[in-house]
Amino acid sequence: MNMIPNVGKAFVPADYKSAVKPVWCPGCGDHSVLISFQRALAELAFPPEQVAIISGIGCSSRIPAYTNCYGFHGVHGRSLALATGLKVARPDLTVLVASGDGDGFSIGGNHFLHACRRNIDLTYVVMDNRIYGMTKGQPSPTTEPDWDTAIAPGGTGLSPFHPLVIALASGANFIARGFAGDIGGCAKLIVDAVRTPGFSFVQILSPCVTFRDDQQKGWKNLVHAAIVPETDDPSRAARRLMTDDGFNTGVLYRGNRKPYQPMPLAHHTPSHLETEFAI
Amino acid sequence: MMKSPSEASLSIVLTGSGGAGVMTAGQILLDAATNCGLYGFMTRSTGPQIRGGEAAAMIRLSSKPVQSPGDRFDILLALDFENLQRFADELPLDSASLIIADPAAGEMPGFLSNTGAAIGLVPMSKLAKGVKGGRIAMVALGILARLICLPEAAIIAAVAASIGRKKPEALAASEAAVLLGASAAPDVAVPKLPLPGAPEQGRWSITGNEATGFGALKGGVKFVAGYPITPATEILEWMAHALPKCGGVLVQAEDELASINMIMGASYGGAPSLTATAGPGLSLMIESLGLAVASEIPVLVVDVMRSGPSTGIATKSEQSDLNIAVYGLHGDAPHVVTAPLSVGDCLLTAQWSVHLAETLQTPVIMLSDQSLGQARVVIDRPEDVAFPTKRLAPEAPGAGNERYAATESGISPMAIPGFPGGQYTADGLTHNTRGTPSSQAKDHVGQLDKRQRKLDAFDFGAHWAEIDGEGELAVLTWGSTSEPLREAVAAARAGGIKVKLIALRLIAPTQPALLAAALEGVKRVLVIEQNHTGQFWRYLRAHYDLPNEVIPIHCPGPLPIRPGEAFAHIQEGARA
Repeated sequence: MNMIPNVGKAFVPADYKSAVKPVWCPGCGDHSVLISFQRALAELAFPPEQVAIISGIGCSSRIPAYTNCYGFHGVHGRSLALATGLKVARPDLTVLVASGDGDGFSIGGNHFLHACRRNIDLTYVVMDNRIYGMTKGQPSPTTEPDWDTAIAPGGTGLSPFHPLVIALASGANFIARGFAGDIGGCAKLIVDAVRTPGFSFVQILSPCVTFRDDQQKGWKNLVHAAIVPETDDPSRAARRLMTDDGFNTGVLYRGNRKPYQPMPLAHHTPSHLETEFAI
Repeated sequence: MMKSPSEASLSIVLTGSGGAGVMTAGQILLDAATNCGLYGFMTRSTGPQIRGGEAAAMIRLSSKPVQSPGDRFDILLALDFENLQRFADELPLDSASLIIADPAAGEMPGFLSNTGAAIGLVPMSKLAKGVKGGRIAMVALGILARLICLPEAAIIAAVAASIGRKKPEALAASEAAVLLGASAAPDVAVPKLPLPGAPEQGRWSITGNEATGFGALKGGVKFVAGYPITPATEILEWMAHALPKCGGVLVQAEDELASINMIMGASYGGAPSLTATAGPGLSLMIESLGLAVASEIPVLVVDVMRSGPSTGIATKSEQSDLNIAVYGLHGDAPHVVTAPLSVGDCLLTAQWSVHLAETLQTPVIMLSDQSLGQARVVIDRPEDVAFPTKRLAPEAPGAGNERYAATESGISPMAIPGFPGGQYTADGLTHNTRGTPSSQAKDHVGQLDKRQRKLDAFDFGAHWAEIDGEGELAVLTWGSTSEPLREAVAAARAGGIKVKLIALRLIAPTQPALLAAALEGVKRVLVIEQNHTGQFWRYLRAHYDLPNEVIPIHCPGPLPIRPGEAFAHIQEGARA
């Protein structure tokens, strides 16, 4: 949670918008997620220069340049590591991380586990469309086993990865799911995620209109608000996440683990340490 | 035979199997000698075992500063012969050497008895058993002290400092064992070193990895992320305790991919940052180092090189990562590569490397190696050096956010998060001067130009190389081979050979004008380095004008290039 006090200035979503035009296809869910980010930041009312949005590679990872915040568009799969370094060095900043199902769960899978485990005060938003969009339609770890693609004709035959279960098992402190079609709902989840101390994971189902013709209309009918309230009990959360249909939206788990934030012990000059070597 | 300053040194190796206390004893011997006014150099060799296994503590003592191994050992003291043959290559002995062994250790391996060295048998284990709590390594220390005329009191004082006075029984047992050893020392003549007495001016006892950490701290590093890897881990461990005292923090990353990205994130946030690794880890970091070049994020990556490729010999040295450090990045990615020239020089080179990274907003790879990092030296206190380190920042809030402005120097103002009006996205995508992604030729070329320009236009100053002496013959080297070559050159000069030594601390970017000036009047160059393919020699050939006569001499690790071997090359080079 950012400790910079709200100085009382009112912000509007446009304060967080840059002049750069997105590369996304018309109708892509990521346009909506971008608006959700801007609405959430206006609601949080942090000055744009106090916010950093960090990403890797993929359609979703283009988001930083479309905002008026500080941003870092890094290499594929390593956004959480960039964000970890930034937040540990600069705990005063609000750090959000944007990723996709390929960037976050495949090439970046190991960092996902360890970011959950470390529980640094970050908000991790994964725009999940169950496909690689930027490289034009290959299966990701969340793609259904029978989804036919050129690289996996007839489907991969592999069970999809369950990111929310893995986040819980790895120690994430806040787990939520949203649907890009519900801009206000996603903004609310992002605000909640930022305000909850520790590592907050928000999966946003964000339809790909180009390589997944089933999602845009299909998901609208499938998503539903979670019928049971959020829990702080990991075993209850595990049961509900293991058995949910993948379209249950809302805050699904909120724990109370203390965030990891190593702090300096003193501010001596390095010459203070010379006695270690002096004979 | 080399007549050199190294003759005024004494080299001792203590060997033994796991748990015998060889390393501790070696450290105590070095400490005791240091307190008697000697300089010293200590390196270690161990087998691959995690714990136990064979070990050798190699110590060289001299009344003059010494920072490299000698050519041979004057004394080998073997607590036992367990697996000792594994060290055969690393233990040059001759008929002037002395071997001390325990008759209970069994038959002496042929590689020892065949050297023709004098042999002194002392029942060390039996003597140790005669003292309650007595340890064989302490008996050995007593023998060595007597042989090289170190007062036993100096050894006992060093033992006390090592095990602490809180354990009076252990201390008493050690003292008794040392005295027993001293009285049992064989009556053999060993070259004597003058003992100057406690040094007047300040001296340090420091390892290369510690010096690297300390230098980086002096350079202003505030954030470290790293993943354990031999032989670089000691840098991380030293930083883990030192950094928080100086306003910084360290994170143990899940892998090297994370380490490099964590330090880039921290540096983006304004904290000068470092990671330390070895060849395998550097390989994993290479993609992200390209991002640091493109997004102009200052970071320092210390590669403590070991024998490669692949896992290679993790515990032994080699200068074989020059190619990957210089050429490993894809695309045209100018960056800085440095190399410390001695154990003690790790301090200056690390501090300078932080300065270069911060000032030039670029990644710096510092090529240390195992022979520097894990060696300990006793040196005169290094002089304090201050660099005018400055990460260029925008002048005033809201002063415009041309993060990648194509300035004359190529260095652009870098806002850090929190600075109002400075918002930009650091990007590995080709971008324009504002950081906005672009696939246009003018932006690509403009940014390539300015990133090259900031290195080309920068004045690296006198630290780019150490240049010493005059002559038509020059020895050209880099990094850790510099110190044995410095000794060899001194010996050659003592023998009437005029030879110049040029040791490069700055590997990239190249400095053609400076090297041309340094090679003025030189007709023949020996290029000496420790790797299999002559990476440095080939690099020089690609980028520098060299004299017509170039003699490349390159041999891989794990055996060190010793001063005498280098001296023979210089002699030959002077004749040819």
